[in-house]
Amino acid sequence: MNGSIGKTVQEVCRANDYDPHRMMDIVRGVQEVEGYVSGEAMEWIAATVGSHRVEVESVVSFYSFFTDQPQGRIVIRLCDDIVDRMAGSAQVEQAFVEQLGIQVGETTPDGAITLTRTACIGMCDQAPAALINDVVVTSLNSDRVRDLVRGLRDHMDPARLIWTLGDGNNDHNLVQAMVHNNIRQRGQVILAEDIDLDQGLQKALAMTPTEVIRAVNNARLRGRGGAGFPVGMKWQFTRDAEGERKFIICNADEGEPGTFKDRVILTERAELMVEGMTIGAYAIGASEGLIYLRGEYAYLRPYLDNVLQRRRAASLLGQNIHGLEGFHFDIRIQLGAGSYVCGEETALISSCEGRRGDPTNRPPFPAQHGYLGCPTAVNNVETFCCVARILDRGPGWFASMGSSSTGTKLLSVAGDCRSPGVYEVEFGTSLGEILRLVGAEDAQAVQMGGPSGQMVGPADYGREICYDDLATGGSVMVFGPERNLLEVVRTFLEFFIDESCGYCTPCRVGNRLLGQGIDKVMASRVSADDVAQLEELAMTVKNSSRCGLGQTSPNPVMSTLKNFRDIYEDHTVDTAGKVASFDLEAALGEATAIAGRSSVHNKGLRQGS
Amino acid sequence: MNSHTFTIDGVSVEATAGQSIMQAADAAGIYIPRLCAHPDLKPYGSCRVCTVLINGTPQSSCTQPASDGLVVESDCAAVQRLRRDIVEMLFIEGGHYCMYCEKSGNCELQALGYRLGVTAPKFDYQFPEQNVDASHPDLFIDRNRCILCARCVRASRDLDNKNVFQFVGRGLTRRVGVNSSACLRDTNIDVTDNALNVCPVGALMKKHVGYHTPVGERLYDIDPIGTEIDASRDRVPMIERE
Repeated sequence: MNGSIGKTVQEVCRANDYDPHRMMDIVRGVQEVEGYVSGEAMEWIAATVGSHRVEVESVVSFYSFFTDQPQGRIVIRLCDDIVDRMAGSAQVEQAFVEQLGIQVGETTPDGAITLTRTACIGMCDQAPAALINDVVVTSLNSDRVRDLVRGLRDHMDPARLIWTLGDGNNDHNLVQAMVHNNIRQRGQVILAEDIDLDQGLQKALAMTPTEVIRAVNNARLRGRGGAGFPVGMKWQFTRDAEGERKFIICNADEGEPGTFKDRVILTERAELMVEGMTIGAYAIGASEGLIYLRGEYAYLRPYLDNVLQRRRAASLLGQNIHGLEGFHFDIRIQLGAGSYVCGEETALISSCEGRRGDPTNRPPFPAQHGYLGCPTAVNNVETFCCVARILDRGPGWFASMGSSSTGTKLLSVAGDCRSPGVYEVEFGTSLGEILRLVGAEDAQAVQMGGPSGQMVGPADYGREICYDDLATGGSVMVFGPERNLLEVVRTFLEFFIDESCGYCTPCRVGNRLLGQGIDKVMASRVSADDVAQLEELAMTVKNSSRCGLGQTSPNPVMSTLKNFRDIYEDHTVDTAGKVASFDLEAALGEATAIAGRSSVHNKGLRQGS
Repeated sequence: MNSHTFTIDGVSVEATAGQSIMQAADAAGIYIPRLCAHPDLKPYGSCRVCTVLINGTPQSSCTQPASDGLVVESDCAAVQRLRRDIVEMLFIEGGHYCMYCEKSGNCELQALGYRLGVTAPKFDYQFPEQNVDASHPDLFIDRNRCILCARCVRASRDLDNKNVFQFVGRGLTRRVGVNSSACLRDTNIDVTDNALNVCPVGALMKKHVGYHTPVGERLYDIDPIGTEIDASRDRVPMIERE
């Protein structure tokens, strides 16, 4: 074996206590030094931490940001989601291809720069965007691409590429990002400018844990990540579960395409979030916490580490917090590595434990059997901020805002609108009101809650944002009158196909079949029966998939069939009982090519043409 | 609190503490179709063939614990359609050439296709490019026929204490990887391992024994899959159709 790899692996493993549960950090550390994780490195890692080579390979091959193939010292990941596509990501990609002289998926001949695509990086309000190693570049166009490539060729330092700094903490010396917050509307809970930090924590620590949970219950706080589970109930389950060691985890893995509000919270309200986590730890009896930060937001890590450090110094983390004898709590940050399914809480826990991000079977639920088998509460970034505010201002104050759902919601609005960005609105606000706020009165369709949510049209613009009506984890994508909605559906399905972990049959196979079905619709090679069959297939995937990913991935198809049936009917053909999708020319194509002959079938006789 | 009573398709079923819906159903002589579940292995819940409605909600019966008062629906049109769709998905996803597969007649996927009345799949064949690892003198893995049920992964890890297999890749590229730099020959797998006896299809196979039992005399040539369980309740197995 190559000695230098062995030495690298030794150092990285030592820095992670030789703990196989820290496999994410070990793999990341080795890749940072070696550029990739070779089979040899996998063997070294397995031998050093007492795992198996195939277990290491299992992790490396699962996450988009890890690779077992040599790649450039610089990796350019072009954000590829529907909003970036609408903003011109294809031209940006073409510019990179021309400037670098390579195709997407390739590395420059000198081995310096790799060009690839990645799923939504949380910058839809400043699209098209890309990651250059950990550095975010936004609002790209061909000219900027030329400058970027010239800069890279010159100094190979991504940090020196950015030409402007963003607002707020984006220009903090530990962030130094060109990312903009685009805060368009501040509400009273999260983005208010008169927040008294740590008042909530102080008040919580004067209460019993049970009283804290009661306050959260009285505020009727529900999870802000999308599923909307009552927070107090989750905490009560975790508190009641048997176990010496308990954990609280902050899910900062917002991967739903079109959402970026947690990025703004992490940038501007990180302390409030950690305050909320600390209150949660007190409530459930946890002394350890994790922030699972999506790999796309690695640029925020030094800043977040510093926030934790400052709080330790101020006795707001660590031993005897705030002078309360016996209340110990500290937090470590776990970086993800490019995987949407890791936002699902059991997959997130798998990932935190250093394994591939396959969700696990429920029951047991994380509240009983979570991280390292211990009772664990997983909550969203925004949820923790709400907790801190509820404990400060009181559950009555919180519940006085909103409708049947209490409080405010942060929306990430992007797409065809004049003012993309983050809006904090009270629950109960109508979608039409939001469209007026963002400047999108002519919207043909709005995708609520990202690809896993619902596509709705003008008939639904009077509906309210709340858990019981138009639910959203935060993503609101607007599509103007000119957009091809089938193209949108196809893009969403591509996303799910790429991000499915592949564990269960319906999600792994069914999403691919749904994608192929939409292709046939777009090619006008479907009969009414085929559309009905597509609908049935969507139901099968929804009803038999194992986790939330597969249970929601057919939503783009199902909600457009419900709300935009015309776009399917416009493409159906009357086939007189024959199979519309069968293309005789294509089916015979390979054979006729091999035979060196052309088909005798006149194209005009072909079905569906 | 040591036993639970619930119903499956209207039949009252007793379950002992800790039993899954599937285990309780088996004991009661009610066959719920399955592929990834295996009596010697921990529940895995990947194939989804054993999906039932529990109080109206679809769940995999192999992973759901039995509890008092549950209303389970298994033999109903909606569930049977789900199962057929899933079995069809497994057929079209891989390269399942039953007519010349040596597992034919002993294959659980094939047998389930028959039992569920799957004739020609309605989904398009995907014709994947998968490899065959025949490097080992006594056994081989043909990934064309693998349905990713993880039986070999679990058996090697939990019964053989070897960890020869684990999944690598994700989504469409998910496949069974082996614990070596290249191929099966370089692992510590042995033909006597339990992992060799659990594959439901013709993916992980022993060499040299393929045709010991002639076609026509094999397990499911004689009785449909699930007959043992059906028989324990004097129920006549049928090909179930909508």
